[in-house]
Amino acid sequence: MTLLNKKLDRRSFLKVSGLAGGGMMLSFSWLAGCKPTPEEVLTMPDEWFEINSYIKIGENGAVTLFNPNPEFGQNVKTSLPMILAEELDVDWKNVFVEQADFYPERFDRQFTGGSQSVRAAWTPLRTAGAIARQLIVNAAVQSWNVPVAEITTNMGTVEHQASGKKAGYGEMASLAGTLDAPDPETIKLKDNADFKIIGQSKKNVDLQKIVTGKPMFSLDHKVEGMKYAAIVHPPAFGMKLKSFDKSSVTSLPGIQDAFKVKVFKDDYGRNFFDTTTFPEIIAIVGNSTWEVLQAKKSLQAEWEEAPESTFPMAGRGGQTRDISVPGGLENSSTHKEKMAQFQRKPGNIQRKDGDPEAAFKKAARVIERTYTAPFLAHNTMEPMNCFADVKGNRAIIYGPTQAPDFIMNALSSSLELPKENIQINLARMGGGFGRRAYSHHMVEAALISQKIHAPVKMVYTREDDMSAGVYRPTYSATYRAALDENDNLLALHVKAGGIPESPLHANRFPAGALDNYLAESWQTESNITIGAFRAPRSNFIAGAEQSFLDELAEEMGKDPIAFRLELLKRAETNPVGENNDYDPKRYAGVLELVRDKSNWSNVPNGISRGVSAYFCHNSYVAEVVDVRIQDKQPVVENVYAAVDCGIVVNPDAAANMGEGAIVDGIGNAFYGEMTFENGVPTKRNFDKYRMIRHGEAPRKIEVHFVESKEDPTGLGEPLFPPVFAALGNSLYRATGKRLYEQPFQPQILQIENLGM
Amino acid sequence: MAQFSLNINGKSVQVDVDPNTPLLWVLRDHLDLVGTKFGCGIAQCGACTVHVNGEAVRSCSYPISIVEDKKVVTIEGLSEKGDHPVQKAWVEHDVPQCGYCQSGQIMSAASLLARNPKPTDEEITSAMNGNICRCGTYTRIKAAIKTASQTL
Repeated sequence: MTLLNKKLDRRSFLKVSGLAGGGMMLSFSWLAGCKPTPEEVLTMPDEWFEINSYIKIGENGAVTLFNPNPEFGQNVKTSLPMILAEELDVDWKNVFVEQADFYPERFDRQFTGGSQSVRAAWTPLRTAGAIARQLIVNAAVQSWNVPVAEITTNMGTVEHQASGKKAGYGEMASLAGTLDAPDPETIKLKDNADFKIIGQSKKNVDLQKIVTGKPMFSLDHKVEGMKYAAIVHPPAFGMKLKSFDKSSVTSLPGIQDAFKVKVFKDDYGRNFFDTTTFPEIIAIVGNSTWEVLQAKKSLQAEWEEAPESTFPMAGRGGQTRDISVPGGLENSSTHKEKMAQFQRKPGNIQRKDGDPEAAFKKAARVIERTYTAPFLAHNTMEPMNCFADVKGNRAIIYGPTQAPDFIMNALSSSLELPKENIQINLARMGGGFGRRAYSHHMVEAALISQKIHAPVKMVYTREDDMSAGVYRPTYSATYRAALDENDNLLALHVKAGGIPESPLHANRFPAGALDNYLAESWQTESNITIGAFRAPRSNFIAGAEQSFLDELAEEMGKDPIAFRLELLKRAETNPVGENNDYDPKRYAGVLELVRDKSNWSNVPNGISRGVSAYFCHNSYVAEVVDVRIQDKQPVVENVYAAVDCGIVVNPDAAANMGEGAIVDGIGNAFYGEMTFENGVPTKRNFDKYRMIRHGEAPRKIEVHFVESKEDPTGLGEPLFPPVFAALGNSLYRATGKRLYEQPFQPQILQIENLGM
Repeated sequence: MAQFSLNINGKSVQVDVDPNTPLLWVLRDHLDLVGTKFGCGIAQCGACTVHVNGEAVRSCSYPISIVEDKKVVTIEGLSEKGDHPVQKAWVEHDVPQCGYCQSGQIMSAASLLARNPKPTDEEITSAMNGNICRCGTYTRIKAAIKTASQTL
């Protein structure tokens, strides 16, 4: 257990982290509810005792818990401390939560991605909480000279019933802080049945700050003497900076300087998340945001086509491979043609079960459908930005990042500073969705600060943000099914690819449920940069697969849920192949639950209904979408989701995130699209890039969780991928038209007399 | 640059800025009222919504030169203790995810309820449609507006 090695004494903690005790935590007294009163709510005192990296206890019994992971709305800042508080056995109303800065010596895995925060932290944080509780118990043993087995704890008090001795944790904290931590192997974690906090809905710990507009984001940060910076990047993918005329802006009011910023050094070996679209940008520095934004419009710059380039990049597993970035100015129409060509050619075989070729040969009929989806921009509401203060050989970076650990090497290389001189503080983020795993903006801000010898806040405009790449890739998938003369399914073939990555998961359902199965993959290069986008790859392939299964069920004359359950039964009782990466029983469980909760076979009047299910990020989700045609337009009436993500730590917050993922999916399925003309992104702001709005959100969303004793799995992503097909399948029943191409809205507009 | 006398959250303040500067950046950079957010800069997302003489406006596209003599209320001034009925309803429904757009959502909702305390679903949609929430908290926002409406 690495946690134990990360215990520092209080003095060294203060010295290295620069955090003070006491006063700064007063603002967290909102936790007890809306109207805290001094009698009800403790405040963290000036003197407190560090029990371990995650836990501080004040003499009055107030507890500060650190949330180690970056927060962008997935609510880890509430759920992770809940896990700690459970095993520590304290009263949640006496808990204060503080965001930890990036501090790898103290905290493990300070990364938000892959829906893994709760799953990865589950056992370590429970153990950290339980160890701290044991230290309090051990302090009581010493103080009272009673046997350890006779001591109990309850909600922040420690008690020895036989002697009637009782104390608050705060009274034991000073002694507990000096004791050696017990061996984690000897620590017994609570039985699930004894949970008092986990499984009980707790409100977002930052709720009151959010609704009163308190500064929480890096874009809100300001220090004395801080300058403001805007950036100008090349207007198109495949272009680079040739030259610019600094004097075109430096005489403008409030403008101090303009200069080139080169993000990565030539000899820097890039890590997995070191993606940046434009190796060189121009920074404009001045006295206020408005002045630097105005200067952007006057900047005279010349751009030229960038040649093909190749650079080594470390993969996630540590292996390094060469990334090739082609030259040229790309077009969406060419992307579509290219994808169609690749779909006609043989791909790389990723999995083959049985003899699919023979099965297709003897098929009475073959059903073949091709699905496509465009590039998507993340469009976090808070545009990319970062505060940096680089003075001499020290750097403080405060910005929105999902992956501080992954940008540290680049910061160190570009600033030419040792890592230990660079402090990354974690800001609450105005959305992430994968985009902020790529933190080149932190390097840009840091280099600007280093150059001007002053603290700086750099901000991208919405246009900068939307046209700077790191998009969800464009994808295509062709599904083929071989049916015999009795409409039995003989074989399934999927060929999927994308620009520049493939969305295929060859070992996921329905692999394992079919005697004859073939999965092929392809990908082709592009200079349009891509990155993780909520449920990468799954966010496309789920829609294709689940739309195809829906159509297949119809062709075979079967109910769409019954057909899926039939396949899952086969995968459970007599699985084909050995690498199937899902549990068919849990998969079937969510389908059964959603069938029940939506009252599946009892479709309300005027409603058209579609279903979909998917497994990703270790969790199982099934969704039913109800659509009604109103004024010739489809309106999403109800959405029912059934989720199996193991134990749910914070149920109402979990439902909130599920609702958001469903809205996100509906929005992207209907409208989401980024296109290119000669390398130029054609949408640069929300006037052109259509986002889902209030009027298009479902009237009602129900998120139901399977009751489970399993350890928690992912939640932020798994509800997103199934939406596309559940919506598409319901739209088919509403309109009579199968939708093979995302976004759906342009095709719906072509359907005449809808609902008439 | 020019001097402007403003009334922000009931207080008189003076700023010396370019007359074209949007109210948003005066609030954020000059007055340190950063609860009002920058989202798009072209009045398309509503993150920057404030009240000017009681009307919800997009401060990113509202030049400071036309703010003088008007009363501006930002999220910081909506209530003294964060207990405006809309704020309380937001807490009750635990609406926010990332929280970035929520100041704007709350200001739009407060303006709606001030002029129409009992809005229909359609009226809520129409008043709120200019406020994007990328996290997708729309159903909770609507529920919170209905809760706030009941207390008015």
